[in-house]
Amino acid sequence: MKKLKPSYLYLAFVFALMYLPIFYLMFYSFNAGSYMNGFAGFSLKHYATLFSDYRLMGILANTFIIALLSGLFATLIGTFGALAIYRTRRIGLKNTLLSLNNILIVSPDVIIGASFLILFTLIGLKLGFFSVLLAHIAFSIPIVVLMVLPRLNEMNPALIDAAHDLGATDFQVLSRVILPYAWPGILAGFFMAITYSLDDFAVTFFVTGNGFSTLSIEIYSRARQGIDLSVNALSTLMFLVSLVLVGVYYYISLRTNNGSKKKRQMRTAVR
Amino acid sequence: MSEKRTINFSVPYYLWLVLFVIAPVILLVFQSFTNLHGQFTLANYKTYFGSGTYLRMTFNSVFFALVVTLITLVISYPMALIMSRLKHAQFWLMLVILPTWVNLLLKAYAFIGLFAQKGTINDFLTFIGVGPQQMMFTNGAFLTVAAYIEIPFMIMPIFNSLVEMDQSLVNAARDLGATKWQTLWRVIVPLSMNGVRAGVQAVFIPTLSLFMITRLIGGNRVITLGTAIEEHFMVTQNWGMGSTIGVVLIVAMAITMYVTRDRKRGGKA
Repeated sequence: MKKLKPSYLYLAFVFALMYLPIFYLMFYSFNAGSYMNGFAGFSLKHYATLFSDYRLMGILANTFIIALLSGLFATLIGTFGALAIYRTRRIGLKNTLLSLNNILIVSPDVIIGASFLILFTLIGLKLGFFSVLLAHIAFSIPIVVLMVLPRLNEMNPALIDAAHDLGATDFQVLSRVILPYAWPGILAGFFMAITYSLDDFAVTFFVTGNGFSTLSIEIYSRARQGIDLSVNALSTLMFLVSLVLVGVYYYISLRTNNGSKKKRQMRTAVR
Repeated sequence: MSEKRTINFSVPYYLWLVLFVIAPVILLVFQSFTNLHGQFTLANYKTYFGSGTYLRMTFNSVFFALVVTLITLVISYPMALIMSRLKHAQFWLMLVILPTWVNLLLKAYAFIGLFAQKGTINDFLTFIGVGPQQMMFTNGAFLTVAAYIEIPFMIMPIFNSLVEMDQSLVNAARDLGATKWQTLWRVIVPLSMNGVRAGVQAVFIPTLSLFMITRLIGGNRVITLGTAIEEHFMVTQNWGMGSTIGVVLIVAMAITMYVTRDRKRGGKA
């Protein structure tokens, strides 16, 4: 093998590039001063500002409620969607269903946002909490399907036949055999849906209207006004939250064995 | 027999397919044929193809996306190659994936701090005697931030294709007398082209539709297709024109996917 010395340097360099902006952001959240330069000593005052900002705390609550609810509904609908695709026998129909399922994964966020805005306006839904929730459920469903379906496909069909032969009702087969088997996939789908909801900016931006705001939208409007170190404090906390989510997700996918796939990885996987 | 019950449970899924997948696309296409008063018209397309402004904007958007794709490819390929040869490759891959879980807005925000008039980079430039530069709201700033955000999405598919590659082919090339560079150019690179195509696809399309960074970092100097759509929907309220650009973006996406499709399917390399 060739010597890897210079290549290690390159590796370190690119990783530094990737992580420096993030750590830079977190570092200055502890700045006693109020700009992202000239560290004026350690202070937690921006965290204090953050937690005493009731408006922001409300937005934080909204964001997590939307993430949890959309995750739950998307998981519920997506799991049965995956079952429906799994049960489809005709190969042509199955492929059509799969392609339709993947449209929202492949589409750019702007297109999803704009077309949902047209849809909500057409059916007369007031923009706000419900439009955001519906949009988040809608773009999370295909992700759940893609997490659950491989799990169903690798299940031995004899398990279902055996359960039927032994006298299980359809419902029992579903609740005692299929769902437990697919459970790791379902959980992984749930966590993916939550992270997508927390991450989303573009779609929410289109369908949020005036009164309602999520964290991404709030950060956007604050960032447009310039530097505010409580945003740094917020980002540090959010980084920790995503670390926990990644941890949980990896723990689950270790058992599911279908690895971690962010949306764009799926994009290439679903073609 | 058991079909019926699951079909009942699957009703919400089919509803979703109709309401949130099929209907929005149709509505968007339909909207692109209406004017401000909701009447049917071809005017939007005429304006798009007739006025140089929109075509120039589209060209710029494609050009910027190409540059971003090229930058990320040049940085990512060696990175993926080095990573794929490391012992704990999956661990390093996770380190690449981790930044993608950080909210996009926060990453853009970090660069506002770095690039600002009195920001960290300017402090450094002053320190080494170059003096402060205008960095925010320049094309360079937009390219930097866009490339920064997209790099992991380029590394991942290339890395995967390199790891999946049959190592004995590389050994065979060396045994048959190929030099290190010949092996790289004639064996490794061609075999990883599927990963490169996937990476190009995963970077090019989202860069076309970026709109938040063009505002925050690019200061509206760079107008991407995404920015134009956002502008028409949220600012000028001309949904018809916005939808027309949306249709263009969908077409651009389809073309990109066709060009970067998997050429040689199946058959483990």
